[in-house]
This record gives sequence, structure tokens and C-alpha cells, in this order.
Amino acid sequence: MTKITFEEDTCKGCELCIEFCPKNLISLSNRFNDKGFHPATVKNTSKCSGCAICARMCPDVAIAIEQIEYERGAAVNA
Amino acid sequence: MANEFKKSKALTDKKFHYCPGCSHGVIHRLVAEVIEELDVIDRTVGIASVGCSVTAYDYFNVDVVQAAHGRAPAVGTGVKRVHPNNVVFTYQGDGDLAAIGMSEIVHAAIRGEKLTTIFVNNTTYGMTGGQMAPTTLIGQKATTAPSGREVKDYGYPVKMSELLSTIEGAAYISRVSVHTPAHVNKAKKAIKKAFETQMRGEGFSLVEILSTCPTNWGMTPVDSLKWVNDNMIPYYPLGEFKTPAEVI
Amino acid sequence: MHKALMKGNEALGEAAIKAGCRYFFGYPITPQNEVPEYLAKRMPEVDGVFLQAESEVAAINMVYGASAAGARVMTSSSSPGISLKQEGISYIAAAELPCVIVNIMRGGPGLGGIQAAQSDYFQATKGGGNGDYRLIVYAPASIQELVDITMDAFDVADKYRNPVMILGDGVLGQMMEPVEFKETALKNLPIKPWACTGRKKYRPQNIVNSLYLDAEVLEQHNFDLLDKYEAISQCEKAAESYMTSDAEIVLVAYGTTARIVKAAVHLAREKGIKAGMVRPVTLWPFPDNYMRDAVTTRTKAVLTVEMSTGQLIEDVRLAVDGKVPVHFYGRVGGVVPSVKAVYHEICRITGQSSEVPDKIEKGIRYFFEGGIRING
Repeated sequence: MTKITFEEDTCKGCELCIEFCPKNLISLSNRFNDKGFHPATVKNTSKCSGCAICARMCPDVAIAIEQIEYERGAAVNA
Repeated sequence: MANEFKKSKALTDKKFHYCPGCSHGVIHRLVAEVIEELDVIDRTVGIASVGCSVTAYDYFNVDVVQAAHGRAPAVGTGVKRVHPNNVVFTYQGDGDLAAIGMSEIVHAAIRGEKLTTIFVNNTTYGMTGGQMAPTTLIGQKATTAPSGREVKDYGYPVKMSELLSTIEGAAYISRVSVHTPAHVNKAKKAIKKAFETQMRGEGFSLVEILSTCPTNWGMTPVDSLKWVNDNMIPYYPLGEFKTPAEVI
Repeated sequence: MHKALMKGNEALGEAAIKAGCRYFFGYPITPQNEVPEYLAKRMPEVDGVFLQAESEVAAINMVYGASAAGARVMTSSSSPGISLKQEGISYIAAAELPCVIVNIMRGGPGLGGIQAAQSDYFQATKGGGNGDYRLIVYAPASIQELVDITMDAFDVADKYRNPVMILGDGVLGQMMEPVEFKETALKNLPIKPWACTGRKKYRPQNIVNSLYLDAEVLEQHNFDLLDKYEAISQCEKAAESYMTSDAEIVLVAYGTTARIVKAAVHLAREKGIKAGMVRPVTLWPFPDNYMRDAVTTRTKAVLTVEMSTGQLIEDVRLAVDGKVPVHFYGRVGGVVPSVKAVYHEICRITGQSSEVPDKIEKGIRYFFEGGIRING
């Protein structure tokens, strides 16, 4: 399954990922990160297909996508 | 592996200092990915120029020589002539390359110097606060052209890709942009093609990348991308202006 | 060892090759054109690289790149071209890169003339480029000395990781003299672990840089450079002391001018005037120790002779420190002072007025009581 991670303290809230996510999954959080930006975040990660468009548009390489395999409820290659 | 995305090994761990939405971050990443995919991390030498990307040595995990304003192609020439088997690239903005460095870039192309230049065109001098650049559009305001660029004083914006493509020694010249995901993918392909041109010893290669400067344009990052599409691409058409000669 | 009759500019090129220099980036300018021309032929013969750059600016930046990549590299030019190189020279000094820069001086300022002058002393020793940096500056006075200095210059540059400047002039560059090259076994060139050669075996990245935005960090960098310059000052001062042990008038001159002064010293000695000469070989670090040794209680005056309107004299005055009056005689613009004129100046200063002609030679003279008089 796709695991998408946003490095919140790297994010500068530029919203490019939000603009281009084909499923509109990304939004700015209400929190501030330690730079004073509202970092981008995905509320419903299970809907993420791992297309990585957000990661490719991110100017700060703040988004990482992995494929994790699960066996009997535990992540094998997490 | 499909559907995986992680930071390239050719980037260091240091977080980019660039403004939110600045294209430099995307372009650094594409260049780093190309260097890693071509498996040349251990023989690449980058030449950092003067502009927002002056500290590129902090981000590219390769040997880097920081050059004086405009002189990166000459510095790169020195490195490449000493180590012809190294992959040497310069990373320059529009003030650095098209104003003060015009002579150096043109002559590197004339000599067919086996370098690759990543040319970040955002129509402004970003680092110093938004002054007019040779690439600033007619009517576009800048801090040193507060009423907008006028032809009578400054002429028309310079089209570097077209200009350099007339030079015999230039082997691969293309202009791309990074304002949509599809364009980002095409930009990476062009950058890879440029590095491969160097590695095959075919001559000088350059990729001009239409980029945003949200801070000095006074726009949000998302609006900046639209500005590239609506204002820059009509004047600076995308495409390959010179490609290596077909081997018969 | 056999001697060859060689033109200065060409001997310089050969000396660089013999010292292991394999990269030269230059640009045409009179009176040093024979340097790039000679190396254009010679470099390919030793599998080196000669490149005529598009400008002196480009050439010095190619030197910066080649040096950053670990190579032994040289450039040459003449006065206005050296002006163009100043930015690059400052960067090279700041990044602590070794290289050799040759200035075959000509008349200035501006486009000036194409004949010999010594008007770039300030530019070479007091900066020229921005910031607190120093070049190690040599002033050969014969082609043999030019050759010997050039062969050592690359070692000195590598030893201190500093640019070295050789200050010649149009006379030295153009004249021909017999010269022999000490055949050193082509030594193993020093390894440069700091050079940008590509991260072989994934060693940590090497960065060659002069930007330090944090003021305290930049200050520390300047402290480190200062320490280095102190070390160079302690070890590298060089000069020739000629007949100074009993001298009542000590002349100071370098390069071609020193040969003229030496002849004038001989004329003076024939007339019983106890004249001597200190000939700086390093202009930076300035050989003030030689000056202090030469100016004794017996010395009554110092006379600096230059092909300029007075640049070396300031350092001479500093070294003499007010002990005795420091006079000046100079010709400039490409004019070379005559032996007779220098001799007459010695006579005038030491009170041998019978030897001084009514129509004194043209030239610039400073007077102890103040003021400058330009005759003719």
C-alpha cells in the first residue's frame, strides 16, 4: 500500500502540491510548523494512489512516497 | 520501483533556503535525480554561480566550485579541461548568464565546450531584490524599471536558447518549463539529454528552464505558475532548438 | 648544462613547462604575446592544455577552475589585462588556490603604451582586487632569474595555497639573454586532497568557495589568511644587497631598473662615492629586513629609482622609518631612465655638484623638503 509522508518542518506552505493533486487530497493544516508556515497535509492517506505528482511539484522535496507490503497486519518493508 | 518517490542521493540533507514555491527547488531536484540515474555522482563537478542559487554547494552532494558572477562557464572550462572525464555542469540564473556572463556563455558554446548549463530564467534578479534582467518582459515592472521595461531604453528581452542554437559548437539547446507536472517531466528528460550530450562528448549543452520568482513577482506560488504559462511561454517558446546531429 | 639564447617571454613559457605546469589560459596583449604563442606550440608537445580565452577575465576564471581541479596552471598578461583579472585574483586568493600570474608591465594608466614601465607595483602589492589578501610577488631582473623564479613559483604557490605573481616588464619580456634551465627530475607534484576532482569512492564533497555570509565565520577566514601571510612574511623575503656594507647612499630598485642602477653605482664608486643598492626580489613580502641592514649610521640618503611616478618608494620609506631622507628619481610611460641620469642623481644628492650637468636629465624627482619637481 502507498505510504505518503509530508516532512512538516520542511514544508513552506506554497500550495503547489494542493494545486496539482488529482484527487484533491491535500490541504494546509491549521498548525504552524517551526518556520511559521501552515504545512501541507493529507487527511485521508488511504485514498492516495501514489501518483507522486505532489512530490514532483514540491520545491522542497518535502514529500516522500513508499510502497509498503503488509503480511498478517505487520509492515514488511516499512 | 513504480510509485515510489524519495530524495535523490545527489542532494545533501540541507533544507533549501529558497522562497516558498521557487522553481530552484524543483530544478535542483531534477538535476540531482539525473546525476544519480546516470550514475555519475562520483565524477560530477558543479559550478555554482551568483544569484539565489549561490549556495548550491550546500545542496548538490558533488564537488562544487563557486564562481564569480557570470564566469561559471569559464570556471567550468578550467575544470573540464583538467578532468575531461568528469561531468561538469554550471547552474546559472538569467542575470548571471545573460547579462554579465554573456561573453562567457557564448564563447563556451563557440568552443563547443563539453559542459552542461542549467539556465534558470525567471525574468528577474531574484537575490538582489527584483531588478530588471535581460530577460524581463516588455512592460514588466522591476525595481530598476518601475514603470515597466521599455524598448527605447533596454530593447527586447533576449532569447538565449535561440541565440545559442545558432552556434556551431552548441550540440543540445532546449527550453522547458516546470509549471505543471507534465512540464516538470519533460524538463527532466531535457536535462538528462543535456548531460548525455556532454557524456558522449558531442559539445556544449544547455537547458533553459522557465521558472517562477513568486517573491519578486509579487504573486502566490500557484499564480506564478500561471504567469509562466500566460506570459512567458508566448514570448519564450518551449522546444528543442538544437539537437545533436544524427549519426548516419 | 647548455645555455640557450632566449627571449624573456619564451624563456618564461619554457620554465613553466619545466616546473610541471600543464595548463595555460591567456589572451593577446603587447608586450607579452610571445608567452601564449610559445605555449600554444609547446603545451601540446607535453600533453598539456593551451587555451586562448575570450578575454583576460575569462582566462583568470579558467585558471580559477583549473586550480580548483588540482592542476598547476598559469596565466600571463600586461597591465590593462591584469586590471581585468583583479576580480578573479581576489577570488583565487580567497579560495586559497595556487596559481602563477605573470604581469609583463607596460606604461599606463588606462590603455597607456606598449613599452616597459613599473607602474603596477601598487596593484600587485597593495591589492588591486577587493578584500584583505596578499599575493606573493617576485621581481626578476634578468632572464635567468625570471626562469629560476618561475620554476620555484609553482612550488611556492602549492606550499602556501596562494596565487603568486611574477612582475616583469616589457624590456625583460622582449630582450634575449643566455639562460640555462636547471633540470630537476620531474618531481612528484603535491597531492591536493581538497581539489574538486569528483567524489571518487564517494569521499565527502569538496567545495571551493569564497562566500561566507556569517560575519564571524568570514572574520575567522580572514584571520586564517592573515596567519598564512605572516608565515610567508617570515620565510620568503628575498633581496640582493649590492655594495651596501659601507654605503653612504643606498639606492633601491627592482627588475630592469635595478640593472641600470647597478651600472650607475659602478660609475659612482669610480668617482669615490660610496654607493650601494638593495634590489628587492620579493616585492611582497617586502624585504624590509634588507633595508634595515643596509641603512646604517654611515648612510646619509636613500634613492629609490623606478619606472613609475613613485610606488615602491612608499614601502622604502616605511622600512627606512625616517632614519635618512628617501629621494626619488623616475621615468614613466615607457621611458627607461639612463645610467647617466641615475649617476647624476647620486652626485646631486651626495653633493658632488661638479658632476651634475647644467641641463639635468628629464625625470621626476622628489625633494626632501617636500614637493616634486619634474624637469624637462
